[in-house]
Amino acid sequence: MSVVDAYIKVQDVSFFRGDRVIYEDVSLSIPRGKITAVMGPSGTGKTTLLRLIAAQLAPDSGTVLVDGQNVHSLSRSELYKVRKKMGMLFQSGALFSDMSVAENIAFPMEEHTQLDAKAIADIVADKLYSVGLRGAADLMPSELSGGMARRVALARAIALDPELVMYDEPFTGQDPISKGVLVKLIRQLNDTANMTSVLVSHDVEESLSIADHVCILAGGRVIAEGAADDIRASNDPEVKQFLNGEPDGPVPFHYPEDDNSDRVAL
Amino acid sequence: MKAIGLLGASLLDWLEAVGRAGIFLVQSIFRLPVRFKESINLLVKQLYSVGVLSLVIIVVSGAFIGMVLSLQGYSILAKFGSEEAVGQLLALSLLRELSPVVTALLFAGRAGSSLTAEIGLMKATEQLSSFEMMGVDPLRRVIAPRFIAGVICLPILSLIFSASGILGGHLVSVEWLGVYDGAFWSSMQQSVYFDTDIVNGLIKALCFSVVVTWIAVYQGYECVPTSEGIGKATTRTVVLGSLAILALDFVLTAAMFGDF
Repeated sequence: MSVVDAYIKVQDVSFFRGDRVIYEDVSLSIPRGKITAVMGPSGTGKTTLLRLIAAQLAPDSGTVLVDGQNVHSLSRSELYKVRKKMGMLFQSGALFSDMSVAENIAFPMEEHTQLDAKAIADIVADKLYSVGLRGAADLMPSELSGGMARRVALARAIALDPELVMYDEPFTGQDPISKGVLVKLIRQLNDTANMTSVLVSHDVEESLSIADHVCILAGGRVIAEGAADDIRASNDPEVKQFLNGEPDGPVPFHYPEDDNSDRVAL
Repeated sequence: MKAIGLLGASLLDWLEAVGRAGIFLVQSIFRLPVRFKESINLLVKQLYSVGVLSLVIIVVSGAFIGMVLSLQGYSILAKFGSEEAVGQLLALSLLRELSPVVTALLFAGRAGSSLTAEIGLMKATEQLSSFEMMGVDPLRRVIAPRFIAGVICLPILSLIFSASGILGGHLVSVEWLGVYDGAFWSSMQQSVYFDTDIVNGLIKALCFSVVVTWIAVYQGYECVPTSEGIGKATTRTVVLGSLAILALDFVLTAAMFGDF
């Protein structure tokens, strides 16, 4: 599969946790300027993929190219420079619990830019406005609801106007209204700020509704990759089982047992 | 044979862990702060939560230990008719031994455990990853201020413990048991030397503070980021910290006061 302009290229990546195979020779591309959804059942290492792209984890073999650079061969300071172009929305939000909402969003700018306090305050207000939480600037993270916390984290992830934003399970544990808000925000941010977005999720409906490009991971490999409509129309039994949520199929309902069935007899 | 192999393996594991902890310590201290003013702010915040918030437990325990020491000391010294030496007994045992050790033990329980739990929780809620993703080193931002605050606080807390203990002892022996006030203070003045007693006690406290805070921040940083993992790491901080303090105390006492 060749994508015309890939922002991220994952090539033949294998990754093991102890003896457990997470990925075996996985290759996929993430096109520039689009929203890519990486889907798959829980426990297939979708979050691991994001951490490999951000070089928080190193693969056992294979390369990950971000904007043409192999992120795992960079020195620490070069890597930190590349990470400034990335924003990441963590599953738990990961807001700094000892800072207010506004301080959380200001933090990456204070760390990496020469802007004065006034300019930073303006940008913070602007980012908060774009996620609809301008009134929450002075609250502490513990005072926010789950949906609000994720929107604040989103505002923080885009504070430095990154080229790439990665969303780790943005819809999990959100009520329908918050899900709708997040879907709208992700689409809007991607289109207005010309970003590349990667979305890791197992919420089929929400993901397919906003993704331009879809990858489905299962059992350590890519079982489907392509435009959202093509994936929806796929006849592959594994893909169909996942998209329709069928309890039994190529992915078995029963967790595999050991073969020594004499244990049962005891 | 197998037992020897296992012993070797566990020794190697231990050495590896110590090595990792050592590198961790060096990396977190010697990475220069990017913005001086912000580092000072972070440090002050930690000095408050590690040091100032430990004051109550230190002052109260110090006073009680001083009072108990005076009671015990008085009952024995009175048999020899030298009850005014209780001031000397009190000051020397506090300054040389009890203040550094008990303060460090209390510190491991009060501040050490909370450092571990706090850092562990930051890890579990992906705050540490979040710093890394923003291109900010969590060692510099989270670990360094906590470590430095701990190292600064413990010796000062140890001095406060001594002062509180001596005042508590004064209350019991002079006000209650009727030891002559002047003799109480002058026996203390005659027998306490600045360089052998006070300085050595401070050196002890400084060694303990490095070890205890190091264990606390390392356990937090390396813990398994689940509720069970954080619980275990917190327990390890208190257990390992206390054992390290007591063992180190023996070594330091032998080196400072041993006659050989």
